[in-house]
This record gives sequence, C-alpha cells and structure tokens, in this order.
Amino acid sequence: MNGDLFQTTVGLEIHVELATQSKMFCGCAVAFAGEPNSRTCPVCLGLPGSLPVANRKAVEHTIRIGVALDCDIVEHSLFHRKNYFYPDMPKNYQISQYDIPLAVGGAVKISGDFGTKRVGITRVHLEEDTGKSVHIGGAGRLAESDYSLEDFNRAGTPLVEIVTEPDISSAEEARMFVTELRALLESLGVSDVRMEEGSLRVDANVSVRRAGETEHGTKVEVKNMNSIRSVARALEFEEQRQREALAAGESLVQETRHFDENTGKTFPGRLKEYSSDYRYFPEPDLVPFEPEPAWVEEIRASLPELPVQRRARLASEYGLGDKDIAILTASTKTAGWFETAAKAYGGDAKKVVNWIIADLYGLLNEAAIELWESKIKPEHLAALISLIDSGEISGKQAKEVLAQMFATGSAPQSIAEEKGLRQVSDKGELESAVDEVIAENSEAADKVRAGQMNTIGFLVGQVMKKTSGRANPGVVNDLLRRKLVD
Amino acid sequence: MGLDRAAVDHVARLARLNLSDDERTRMQDELTHILEHVERIQALELDGVEPTSHAVRITNVMRPDEVRPSLDAQEAVANAPEKEDGRFKVPRILEED
Amino acid sequence: MEAAYAPALDLARALDAGEARATEITESLLQRIDALEPNLRAFLERTTERALEEAHESDDRRASGEPLSPYDGIPVAYKDIFVTKDVVTTAGSRILEGWVPPYNSTVVAAGYRAGLPMLGKTNLDEFAMGSSTENSAFGASRNPWDLERVPGGSSGGTAALVAAGAVPWGWGTETGGSVRQPASLCGIVGVKPTYGLVSRYGMVAFASSLDQAGPFARTVADAAALLQIAAGHDPADSTSIPEDVPDYLDGIDGGIEGMRIGIVKEFQEGSTEGGGMQPGVRARVEEAYNRLEKLGASLEEVSLPSFDYGISAYYLIAPAEASSNLARYDGVRYGYRAEESSDVVAMMSRTRAEGFGAEVKRRILLGTYALSAGYYEAYYGKAQKVRTLIIDDLKRAYESVDLIVCPTSPTTAFKLGERTADPLAMYLSDVFTVPVNLAGNCAISVPCGLSTDDGLPVGLQLIAKALDEKTMFRAAHAFEQDLGWISSPEGRPQL
Ligand SMILES: [Mg+2]
Ligand SMILES: [Zn+2]
Repeated sequence: MNGDLFQTTVGLEIHVELATQSKMFCGCAVAFAGEPNSRTCPVCLGLPGSLPVANRKAVEHTIRIGVALDCDIVEHSLFHRKNYFYPDMPKNYQISQYDIPLAVGGAVKISGDFGTKRVGITRVHLEEDTGKSVHIGGAGRLAESDYSLEDFNRAGTPLVEIVTEPDISSAEEARMFVTELRALLESLGVSDVRMEEGSLRVDANVSVRRAGETEHGTKVEVKNMNSIRSVARALEFEEQRQREALAAGESLVQETRHFDENTGKTFPGRLKEYSSDYRYFPEPDLVPFEPEPAWVEEIRASLPELPVQRRARLASEYGLGDKDIAILTASTKTAGWFETAAKAYGGDAKKVVNWIIADLYGLLNEAAIELWESKIKPEHLAALISLIDSGEISGKQAKEVLAQMFATGSAPQSIAEEKGLRQVSDKGELESAVDEVIAENSEAADKVRAGQMNTIGFLVGQVMKKTSGRANPGVVNDLLRRKLVD
Repeated sequence: MGLDRAAVDHVARLARLNLSDDERTRMQDELTHILEHVERIQALELDGVEPTSHAVRITNVMRPDEVRPSLDAQEAVANAPEKEDGRFKVPRILEED
Repeated sequence: MEAAYAPALDLARALDAGEARATEITESLLQRIDALEPNLRAFLERTTERALEEAHESDDRRASGEPLSPYDGIPVAYKDIFVTKDVVTTAGSRILEGWVPPYNSTVVAAGYRAGLPMLGKTNLDEFAMGSSTENSAFGASRNPWDLERVPGGSSGGTAALVAAGAVPWGWGTETGGSVRQPASLCGIVGVKPTYGLVSRYGMVAFASSLDQAGPFARTVADAAALLQIAAGHDPADSTSIPEDVPDYLDGIDGGIEGMRIGIVKEFQEGSTEGGGMQPGVRARVEEAYNRLEKLGASLEEVSLPSFDYGISAYYLIAPAEASSNLARYDGVRYGYRAEESSDVVAMMSRTRAEGFGAEVKRRILLGTYALSAGYYEAYYGKAQKVRTLIIDDLKRAYESVDLIVCPTSPTTAFKLGERTADPLAMYLSDVFTVPVNLAGNCAISVPCGLSTDDGLPVGLQLIAKALDEKTMFRAAHAFEQDLGWISSPEGRPQL
C-alpha cells in the first residue's frame, strides 16, 4: 500500500453487553432469544409512569472494566438522557452517560508485526441497549422492507461503551486491539463477548490523510463488523478505498458505511435526512453516582489475572515464545485449557503447545469451534503425549488417536487399545522375532557383526514386517545390537 | 430573543410533531411571547452558581442484580395499536438510527 | 350517617364504632356524585362497581375485626394521572385514550393496602399541563362555588369533588402548584409534600424533577392522614427519600405559640414577575397573617429575591423535561396511532400531532427548543442555576424562621375561557406556588375564607422546610381551627 504517502487514523467505539442476571434498570432477565416481548415489564417497555432503578452489578462491572483498562474512576458521575426517536427505543430516549462517564483516560497495549503500541482509552460509560427490529419484506433489509416488527426483550440490557483515542493506524492494529480487548473483557467475566450474537459490537471511525498533514482527514464511520476478522477486512477495504479516492484527487464525504460480509466491501448507509440533536440533559429519574473509594479498591483488588499478566507468566513458567503465547491468550479459556493440559502432562510444555497449535487447531477450524468447546479434554491430550514419550505409540499413530479423541472425547489409552495401535516394546515379546530374523538373514547379520552398521536398519525392517509394524523400532534396534555387536 | 419560522420547524421536526400552517404561526407567536418573558433570567448574575438538576440530595441508589417476573408476552403487547407474531408492528423505517 | 362533607377522620371513628358501614358511606357518596357530576364533570372514569365491591370487602374485614387500616372503607378518588391496573388511564390526553395499564402506581397500591374503595379517576389538564382543567382532552371540570368558573388545575377534578362534599379526600399531583392552586380556588386543603416523600412510581410523568403527588381534603388533619397512607420510601423510585415517616397527626394540635413565620417581601403586593394581586385576596391573606400572630406566632418579613424568577425558570425546566418524558407517546406500543402512514417517522409525527392538545404541543416545542444545540446553556442551564438561587434563598430564610407564608394564588377562581387565549397569563397564576416545586420543599394551601370582592374562596400558603411536614400541618391546623370556616355553613358551596 502507498503507506508513505498516506496516514490512516482509526478510533474505535466498542459496545459490550454485560452478563448480568437482570436488565440495567428493571428486573427482567438478560438472555438471548426467547418468545418476543416475554422479557419485558412496564420499565423496559417505557410504559407511562414507570421509573428506572440502576443495577448495582452493572455499575460494578463498569468500574471493573475501567480499572482493568487503567482508567481513573470518577468521584461523581451522572446519567443523562440522549433524546432521539427510534421505534426500537421504548422511551425514545436512551439513558446513557454524557459528560461525566464512570471511567476515563485508560490505555491498552497491543503488539504485533507493527511492534508494540499504546492505544488510549478516552472513556468507559454505562448505558441501556435498545430492542430489536425485524424488517419484513425486501429480503430483511431495512431499506427495501415493507414494515418492521419490534421485540423489546433486549431493551434495557446493560451496555458498556468503550471509546478509544484515534491512536490506531492500521487494520491490523485494530484487529489486535479488538482481540486484546475481547480477551481482557472475557477474563473479567463481565460479558460473553460474542461478536456474532452482538454482545460485543465494534464501530470504527476511519480517516486517511496525506502524510505530514496535521488536520485529520474526513471521518467515515464503519458499522456492523460481526467478527474480529471482519473488523480487519472492513478496515482494510475502507482504508484502501479512502487512499485511492485521495490519490485520485477525489474528496471524501463524512458518512456512515456498513460492512458487507459477502462482498468484503463497505457501502454507504441511508443518509439521515436531518442532523441529529440529542438534547442531552441530566436524567432526573436517577440520582448521581459517587462510587465509594473503598468499593472501587475492593473491585480493583478482586481483578482476576489479566491477559497481559498471564502472558508474562506463560513465558516464565513454561518458557513459551511470544507467538505461541499470543495464540493461547487470545482467549482466557484457551489459555486455561492449555495450562490444565500442561500441568497434567508435567513435561515440556512446548510439546503441548505444538500439539494444540500444529494438530488440534486444524481440527478445530474444520469444526469451526473453540478449543474449550471441543469434546477433547486437556488431561487426555497430556495422556496422549505421555503415550508417545513412553514409546507406546508412534507420533504418526498419535495423530490418528487425536482425531478419534476429538470426535468421541474418549481417552487416548482406550482408543489405542481398540485400534490395536499399541506398540510392542516388551523385549521378551520381541526377542523371538529378532532371533528368527537373525536366523533367516544370516548374511546381513554377519555384515553387522563385521561392523557394517548401516545394514542394521534392514534387519529392523524385517522385524517390523514380522510384527506387522507393531514392534517399537527403538527397542528392536537395541536388541539387534546386543545380540550381534556386543 | 424571538423564534423564527425555521427554528419552529426544526424543533417540531426534532419533537416529531406535524404542525399545520396556522399552528406554526400561532406557536411561533406564543413561544416568542413566552421566551420574551423568561428572558428576564438572562439579567441575573449566575457565574459560579452550580446548576440544580435534582431536588433531593441522594446518591448511589442501586438495586441488587435480581431477576423479577416480567409481564407475560401477551400482556406486553396487549395495548399495541398493531402487532404481529407477538411483536409491535410499525410502518417501514426509512432512516437508520 | 350523612357522608357528604363529613371529614374522613369522623368517618373513620364512625366505622370503628360500628355507627356506619363502608357500603352506606360509598352508596351515599355515589348518589351525590350521580346528582352533581353532570354539572361538575369531575370524573374521566367512574369505577362504581369496583368501589361497591371494595366497600363490601371492607365491611367484612371490619366485621371480622381485621380492618386494613383506621381508614379501611373510606372512599377515595385519584387524578387520572395515577396508573391503575385494569382501569383506563389517560392523563387527560387523546394519545392515551383507552390505555389499560398492567400495573398499579405506588400511591394507588397504598390506597388499596389501606382499604380505600376507589370511586374513579378524575379530570385534569392534559398531562397535568395547565391551571384550570380546560386543557383536558375530555372537557373542562367546573368549580362547585360557581359553575361558570374553573376549579383550578391541573388537579381540578379531585379538587371540585372534595369541595362539593362528593368525596372526603383524594389525590392530585403537583409540578408547579397543581394541587395547592385548585385547593385555593375550591376552598379546600391541598398539600405539596417534600419532593421524594411520595413515590412517583406509576405517576404519568410531566417534569420528573418537579412532579410530586399531593392529597386534597377539606381539613388539614384529613390531608395529613391521607398523606400518611402513601408517604415513605419506595425502592421502585430512585428519587424516593430513604427515611422513616413521622406520624403527622401526632401533635398536630400543638398550636403555633412561639413559632417564627416569615412573610415573603417580594409577594406583598403580588410579584414583579406575575403582576398584582386581587385586592379581595390580599385582604383575606393579610387577615390571615394577623390571625397567625394572634395565635402566638411571631411574624417577620423575609426576602426571597429569586422567587421573582420562579415562573421563568419553571417554564424552561418543566417543558424541557416534558419534551423528553412525552417522547414515548409515538403510537408504537400503546395508545393512539394515526392510520395509514407511509413510514414510521410520518406515523409518529402524525400520531403526536393528532394525539396531543395545543398546550402540550406548545410545551414540547418550548422544551425541545430550550434543550437544543446552542440554547441549552442560555435556557435550561441558566434555569437550573436559578433553581439553585431559590434553594439558597430558602435556606437563608429558614435560618430565622420556621415557616414561610404567602398567598397560594394571586386571584380567586377565574371564568372558563378567561385565560385560554393567553398561555402566559395562565402560567402566571402559578407565580406563588412554582418556587416551592423548584426547591423541593413542602407547602400547604389552607382556606382563609371568601374573597371580599367576589365571594370566592381564598387560599393561604404555608411553606415549610424539606421533610418538615409536621410543622406545616401543625400551623395549618391551628389556623384552620381558629378560623372555623371549613366547618361552618359558609365553608360549603351552594349546590
Ligand atoms: Mg452508545
Ligand atoms: Zn423490564
């Protein structure tokens, strides 16, 4: 890319649905799916006279995210009303935080081929989610639809908005940031961070300017990127689109564009007829929040091990390299799975990593599932590797066994048994076979006796043939040497 | 400070209120008249005065994260002007939010 | 026994002594309502069948010696802004016509817990926006003292019924004087409790930072008793004060000997902002001041300069909050919807155009303007600062006095249609009541006789510190007892 001529600036806005039991301002359950409007009440339907009461857990989670992102937790915070009409919004205003969010001024460190850099966190604030519109007709697309149907089960789900500084300068950096943030949020246990289900939503503000220019370029907002991969794809496309436009001397319009998974392109959304004016003002139905310092400290002290800390430990404790660590810590659950396996194994953890990354990931990708979702148990992977070490099965056989383990979830030992894969390493069992081979191949045996060691391989081969490949070649080799050389 | 026609139209649009022509004229006059009266607060010395948004001095009101029974789905949509499959039906949406 | 005009506390005694039954009381009131309602037009929805059932249940409880409260069986009426489960609730607006709520407001639920049969839902200015009930989408109510005049508003329906002896007590709501002003115009007692004392849960919102439910009754003690039933912390309202409520009747007759009462300097001759005061009103109010002095209170003048900016601040803050609170009426989930709209924006805009009345539209536009980009600081922001000045002025005043006194309304009940042409003139009838809502204090309007010029009721307003309802009731009760007007034939309208 003509990266020297142009500079890309990206700022991200991430919305995270919190994994609380009940909604932000009412007692309705937070969950996916379910009969339409079956998780609604006067409050989250915006019925006349209803009033919001804040969910303590949601505030706690927001503070938790704030401290984990190295933010300052403000002493005095307030909810505002963001006023705009939309049919999926029961009150036609969103209770959100405006000029005094709960947490401000943090940072996330990311590293990759671009090196290591710090992405500033402008703010972390708490708000409520909207309902869901289903568009009928026009292939479900808003633009061509005949009418829409509103389900308010999601309305009022606690939503944390994380806004970054425009510190990101490439699609790859954005991908790394989202990966890092996702792992962090997962490790905090505040959300199930599933981008596909929309519990983690990423919007990006992308602008490109000529290198050396001080003014930022025209800001374009890119929406609906439903996976980390599509974040990368969408931003790559958008970056390129803007660079080409500028190179061609065209000027860009400030607009919102949507990413299309299928084409890999971004396309402009319907332009709003009028500029919005949200008329923010302090939410009179909620009182101010002044988080007790003791509470904040309690939350800080109770933080689990964060991905960055875990990485350091994986390096020191298991002597793993950055690449392996990066892969394992992309998800807390993956890292946890690895550590269980490594502990169960007890030997060189690198072997465990190799089996996970080199072999298991292939199977996982085919099945399109995460490591911890697979049937295979970490203890069983450990057992498998031990079987190889003790020479009971060969590396080649182990791969077959792994495939079985992945399919059935049963233990490697039993699989090896069924398949009759067990190697014969017992000298007693093998001795007769070795003696027969020596008798049947006296010439070759003599050559070995005469010191032509390269011939020993031929004899080993014969023994393998006799035992139809079940003999442990190493053991056979030893026996032959003992009988012919020593 | 008066209110011109454009301002009336802008505000009416923000508030999702269709106004007839004579309504627009009447509202413009009445709102101008009212604004002229409330202008008197502009004369007050208010620098350094803290704004009051709540009449009670309470803070940190929160409820425990406990699930309470919801309405049943039929009850939830019982008052809907139009519904379909347990959802509230609305005419086509032209603008994104 | 004769239920009309009987104070609730007397009815309670009679019920307790077995001298009366809830069904008798309810039936006699229902008959009176049947006779008066064609003239008063005070109800939007009557729940006669329910009231009778509830009265029967009450008698059964009394019979088995298990009344729910001392007031079990005493009927009540609610302004149709309190949400009532399974009973249509409209807030006086077309846009909510036919809305059947799936839940009860906290105030109504408290009434049921005390065993009060509900006679119905009373008329009001649409969404409580007005001072005469003329803004009701379903027609104006009338003042029992003169059917050509308004009962005041916005809680005019309940006020008219209580004044007419058709119900001993009932609930209204205040945002800028909507209980005290109609109480004054109808010659009864009306209370604006401290903000946060009575839960707002299930009160259709007008301006959330000002709204507060308030009781009407013909006597101060009745008003105190009704407030007692609903007052107290409600976890469903984040702005509800988490404190125990004292017994308002306990010591209510303690008198005002030695009480320090401040007369508002700025309101002596009316107000700079609101203009003059009706001479007959002023005369009665000055008599009242003397009576308070005669009863042993020491009067002194207190200056509350910011009170002269109350209406201006109020008519920026209240409409701003209203513009947001009323955004939910969009034809999607409940209430009225305009038919055949091409798209959702058109549907909402037409629904609101057809569903809201002129005053509501006026305030929505005013409030939207006050909050809109470029105007927030000059209007809403400044108004919030004026609010702070009012609070500070009151704090200062209460360093030297226990109670502040002034008229409730600059005039007596005005003629229907007299002020509808000029919105601002209507707004200014709240000039004496609005500052209290902005500050959040409690205040009461108690009758001080008939105006010397037009023979219509005049109200005296007593303003106490936040959560000092006891002092307020004690003073109002002492004044009421000494005046003796309410219990005299002169205290009843000729109907
Ligand atoms: Mg947001
Ligand atoms: Zn709910």
